[in-house]
Parts: sequence; C-alpha cells; structure tokens
Amino acid sequence: MNYIKNLIDFLSAPTISFTLLTVAFPFIFPPTDWFEKKNKQWGIYKLWTNKGAFWIFISVTFFFVIGYFDPYFNLTMTKPDNIPIILMIYSMIFVIWLGMKKAYNNDARLDRGEKPEEWNDPDDKVLVWPDLVYIELIALILFMVFLIVWSILIGAPLEEPANPAATPNPSKAPWYFLGLQEMLVYFDPWIAGIIFPIFIIVGMMAIPYMDINKKGDGYYSFKERRVGYFIFMYGWVVLWVFLIVIGTFFRGPNWNFFGPFEWWDPHKVEPLTNINLSEYVWVKLLNKGLPSSIFAREAVGFAAVIGYLFIMPLLLAKTKLKNLFEHYGPVRYSTLMLFGLTMFALPIKMYLRWLFNLKYIIAIPEWFFNI
Amino acid sequence: MSEKVIPKASINSDSGKGLNRKGFIGWLSLGWLAFAGATGGFFTSMIRFMFPNVLFEPPQSFKIGYPDDFAIGKVDTRFKKKYAVWVVRNDEGIYALSTVCTHLGCTPNWLEVEQKYKCPCHGSGFRKTGVHFEGPAPRPLERHSVSLASDGQIIVDKTKRFKWEKGEWEIEESFLKI
Repeated sequence: MNYIKNLIDFLSAPTISFTLLTVAFPFIFPPTDWFEKKNKQWGIYKLWTNKGAFWIFISVTFFFVIGYFDPYFNLTMTKPDNIPIILMIYSMIFVIWLGMKKAYNNDARLDRGEKPEEWNDPDDKVLVWPDLVYIELIALILFMVFLIVWSILIGAPLEEPANPAATPNPSKAPWYFLGLQEMLVYFDPWIAGIIFPIFIIVGMMAIPYMDINKKGDGYYSFKERRVGYFIFMYGWVVLWVFLIVIGTFFRGPNWNFFGPFEWWDPHKVEPLTNINLSEYVWVKLLNKGLPSSIFAREAVGFAAVIGYLFIMPLLLAKTKLKNLFEHYGPVRYSTLMLFGLTMFALPIKMYLRWLFNLKYIIAIPEWFFNI
Repeated sequence: MSEKVIPKASINSDSGKGLNRKGFIGWLSLGWLAFAGATGGFFTSMIRFMFPNVLFEPPQSFKIGYPDDFAIGKVDTRFKKKYAVWVVRNDEGIYALSTVCTHLGCTPNWLEVEQKYKCPCHGSGFRKTGVHFEGPAPRPLERHSVSLASDGQIIVDKTKRFKWEKGEWEIEESFLKI
C-alpha cells in the first residue's frame, strides 16, 4: 500500500501529472486520423461504454477510499471546503462520459445511415405543462433535500475574523477560483487575473462563430468536430478543472507542492530560484550586465512574444494551416489563433517555469508589465 | 367686411391664463435646477458615504525604539501586525520592509529557518534583504523611510516608499547606517 501511495505522490508532481495528462489527451480525444487509429487500436474508446464508466468509477473511488484512510490525505479530503471538489470530480467525469457515449453512439448511427438519437419527429411533442414542469419540481425537491442534508451533516467552513497581519498558510481562493490562483503562480496579476478570464469568457462566446460546421448541430457527435472537442476539452479539463484539483489537494503551506499522501510540512524547501529571460540572455549567454535601456534589455522577450502571437500564425497560414486559413478566412482565422495561442501560452509558461525556472519572458517591473 | 380671424385656442383659454411662454420656461428651468440639485446632493452624499468618518489606522509615521533594541542579522516581526513592516538589522544598519507582497498583495511570512519571506498565496519568496527570488513576484519588497529622532529612537515613515527597481534603495533615507 505504501508503495502505491509513494507512486501516486511521485506521479502527482505537477511536471509528471500534467505531462501525463497532456500526452494522454490526444489519444483519449483524438483530433487527427493518426490518433484516431491509435485510439481504436488500444481500445481507449471503450471508456465511453457502460463498462468503461464502471471502471473509471471504481478507480476514482479506490483512490478516495485509500485517501480516506490515509492520515494526511484524510485531512485535505474531509475539509468541508473540499467536499464540493470531490463531488465535482465525479460529476465532471460523469458529464464527459455521458456526452462522449452519446457522441459515439450517434456517430455509429450515422455510419449505419440512421438518424441521430436526438432527432425527434416534429409531430411527436412533449408538453411543458405538465410533463416538463413536473420533472423540474421533482428535481427541485430532491436537490433541496440534498442541500439540507449536506448543511446538517457538514459544518460551514467558517474561519476566525480576518486579520490583515495574518494570512492563512496556505491561503486558498474559493474552490472555483483555484484555477485562477494556479495561473497566478505563473503570470503577473494583470494577465492571469484580467486578460485570461476575459479571454476565457469571450473565447467561449466566440465558439459558435468559430466552428461553422453545420453537421453535428443539435446532436452529440464526436466525428464532426473532433479538433474542436480536443481543444475545448483540453482547455476545460486540463487547464481549468485539473488546476482546481491541484490547487485543492496538492498545494500546501507556502504554496509548495505536495503529493496527496504527503505530510504538509510547513518547512518543506523547494529550491526555486527563478530567472527572467533577459537575465538568461544577457548575463548567462552573453556574459554581460543587463543593459540600462528597458527595450534593449527586453528585446528578446518582445521578439518571442510577438513572434509567438502574431508572426507564427501568419507563417502557419502560408504553410501548414493553409487549408484552415482558406476555409476560415482572415478574420475568423486570426480570432481563432489569438484565443487558441493565448490558451496554449499557459501550459507553455508552466513548462518554462518547471524546466528552466524561467520567471518572466518580458520583465519590466518599472511599468508593472511582465509576461 | 372681413372679420379678424381669431384662433380659438390662444384667447381666453384657461391654459393661457396662468402660464405664458416665458413663465413656462422659467418653471422648466426651476424644475430642472431642483432636479439637478437633488440628484447632485444625492450623489454627493453617496460619494461621501464611501469615505469613513473615522480611520482606524495606526499612524503612518512612528517610533520603533533604539537601534540597540535590534539584534544584528535578525528580522524583527514585532511591528508586522500593527504597522505592517519588518525591521531588519544587518552589519551596517537598519531598514524597514513593507509586508505587502509585490505580486498580488498578500502578507508573506518570515521563515527563520529558511531565512526568507514566503508568501502563502502564490509562493513568492524574498530574501532577507527583500529581494525576490522565487515564485511570481516581479520586484522586491518595498522599503520605508527610516531615520533617527532627536531622542535617539528610530522613526519609520511609511508614507515614503523606496522601490528597488527604480534605484531608490540607493537613497539615504531608505537605510539607516549605524
């Protein structure tokens, strides 16, 4: 058992767990033919059958059961604050499973030349009253019972009165903001706290205008929009939900990283001396001091950011993504690229921090401008 | 023969009696003035409401004791709770660091064993001097003005801040030589 716990602790280190998830992701939600082939070959699509659901449920529950009897993980798990996260993990997996099951089912039906499951005969109507309203009433009552039982069984996570001199250690945002807090570890507040949330909301509003495939409208289908599925699922599951899970279970005192079965040692020391890109270039590479002019100092960083966000999409439009560019047109293409590249900037920055201790690509503390 | 054509509406009608054109404009402006006054007053009182009558804030400039009260090489955390400053003495003198993290404004903790200030919110770490070295904080902690009063005590003035990235730590007031 200890062996399993140590293994899980080791695997859950952000470098490893994040990499595993990222590598596994295109096989689970295959965006291209090659991944699709591997997905079929290794039988990953079986996850979306009833049997698959059973095994996912068993393995997640197994993890939480071990966790419940572990003295350290028990402390994190049973905190009243964290119980919604456990419920969230289950409900999230269920929702993904249900959507994928329906999508695969419809894909198979369409292959056989049938209509999708959601297709309804226009004459076959369901009435709002009483059919729908009754269902809603029952759902309402059940949910209220659930909330009342929850509030009786588990006390509210109230803390002592606020004191500006004493910040709780670790200091955690409400669970739904833990993804934001995790992003703030890698970015300046104006990016992780303002630009990214705006981009997430505007980007999601833009999805219907980006994905113009008429097929798959109104019914679940994976085949018709597998690239869209992949991008959205990666952004949602890995870059949002997984970050919430990290923030809930894996972040301990001093915002250090801890495995689930590790003791939250307040004196855990992780050597993390971070260096800006300008220091890498001027001090380490060229063996000079930092230039006094801000623009000269940060030129490489500016070049990297502008190259990534603006020049790379231009080059891609001419070469690898030529078809996409022609199909989408310049406005839609550049919007897609702006939002997509901003999204993938998060994992890129995380890896740069983990692998090279890179603090900021552009670092101008004089102007509060750091990227 | 020809009679004067008199428009019915304008003569001896009731509405014309109490209120002519001039009077109407007068009343209108008065009404608008009253409306503007009432709205303005309302918003003024709303804005006034935003500013508290009493500020429960410790004085921004305060005495912290004599230089000998501070051991060399130690970070003094006694003033953190009330004044939000750390007072540090090194071989050459004394400086006062603000306890506000330069990333997002949480209050870091001084860890004596690790000899660093560590923020519990996003993991920023600062050395004893206040210089940032880990986590997302983009710049060092700010220093406050320290000087000697006539009675020999140290005065910390929090209204004056010295930022490293602007080269202000070179300013004499940011560091008390002893």
